[in-house]
Amino acid sequence: MSNPPPRTVRFTVNGKPAAVEVEPRLTLADCLRHALRLTGTHVGCEHGVCGACTVIVDGRAMRSCLMLAVQAEGCTVETIEGLGTGLDEGGAEALGPLQAAFRRHHALQCGFCTPGMLMTAHALLSREPDADADRVREALSGNLCRCTGYIGIVEAVLDARPAYQAGAPGGQPATGGIDRTG
Amino acid sequence: MKLPAFDYAAPATMAEAIELLERHGGDARPLAGGQSLMPVLAFRLAQPSMLVDIGRIPGLDSIEIGEDGVRLGARVRWCDILEHPSLRSVHPLLVEAIGHVAHYPIRNRGTVGGSLAHADPAAEMPGIAFTCEATMVIAGRAGTRMVAARDFFTGPLETVIGPAELLVEVRLPPWPAARRWGFEEFARQRGAFALAAVAAFYDERDGVAIGVHLGVIGATGVVQRLPGAEAALEGRPVDAPGIAAAVAAARAEVDPPEDAEASSAYRRSLVGTMVERALAAATAR
Repeated sequence: MSNPPPRTVRFTVNGKPAAVEVEPRLTLADCLRHALRLTGTHVGCEHGVCGACTVIVDGRAMRSCLMLAVQAEGCTVETIEGLGTGLDEGGAEALGPLQAAFRRHHALQCGFCTPGMLMTAHALLSREPDADADRVREALSGNLCRCTGYIGIVEAVLDARPAYQAGAPGGQPATGGIDRTG
Repeated sequence: MKLPAFDYAAPATMAEAIELLERHGGDARPLAGGQSLMPVLAFRLAQPSMLVDIGRIPGLDSIEIGEDGVRLGARVRWCDILEHPSLRSVHPLLVEAIGHVAHYPIRNRGTVGGSLAHADPAAEMPGIAFTCEATMVIAGRAGTRMVAARDFFTGPLETVIGPAELLVEVRLPPWPAARRWGFEEFARQRGAFALAAVAAFYDERDGVAIGVHLGVIGATGVVQRLPGAEAALEGRPVDAPGIAAAVAAARAEVDPPEDAEASSAYRRSLVGTMVERALAAATAR
């Protein structure tokens, strides 16, 4: 069939309002990467197996390749770009506590799976800050790391728990919107 | 792969959704959580002209617990079942089985209705609905109709839902608090589809099992019960000889297909092992 006309979808990304013109068949993952230029969300298998594209929608970790952009209408979406805590004194982007723990524990090698790992773990600890090692492993079991660095990843997530137990670290404050409807 | 082109609508009412499905004939597909449909589209195993998203229709996401059992709306997600404050005591078999569904992010979006309508014989919800003799509520232009699970699944990935109908609810019969149950699943990786899983339950009276239900998931290509194994255990104590009789009957009555994952003989053996473990778990509860 010929392609149905695009339509406008409006949602919030990392605290900022976004309005995007999309084809109905566009996945949320491709919408984030191509229309909004939020390329930190990685696309691996494109059918829900690898977990690289995991983002947080309305507070829950979800596969952005298994969701249409049009389904995000009115939703609150968080991506890896929102996980930092803003700028530090030197003007560099400051790592959030989970990201800092990944760095300490060498919880990444090539880095391709890392955004999905971080978003899954961020969603988990935000809801369950006392998650134990078994729970962390269970929650991350749907995120594949082909460098096989799982031990460091699990250790990093466990090590980041105190920051979440003290109150879930949030994303960046809202500043301006993104309009890609034109 | 990128998805094929399709049109999309998110109607606000059930009537509107059914009208859209009707207008597109068999060419439109309902979309709920999309955790089965989106991969199907990505592999281009289906190329519908229109997706009718039922996400905006009110009243499909409720979990109701009453005298007549548990009613799950079609859009109830796996995480809603797992996080429900009382379902684990009201229907422990359901909650235990759903804990085996896919992975954490999938359970945050996948739905009861989507899984039942997709009818994958290796998926937990169709197996539980079948084993527990659930009733499906299907809405169409003329109103709703009830279909028993044994009539609902017509084959792998096939159900009786018509092209202009929507599954709106599944009703699980009441679950006596003292019921004995077990659920055991074997998959090569956490969250992968089961090579074999068994759901087992029975009630105990005067030391013997009555109303034995044994359902097998994943091993045989269809959702099915194990009538031979059920009969072997019915009216007997669930002890070592009773369990052994059920295991032997189960292995004798299943005919698993051979595929890239496992040989037929391996799956047959595995079904017996899952029956054994599920019944052992039932006696220990």
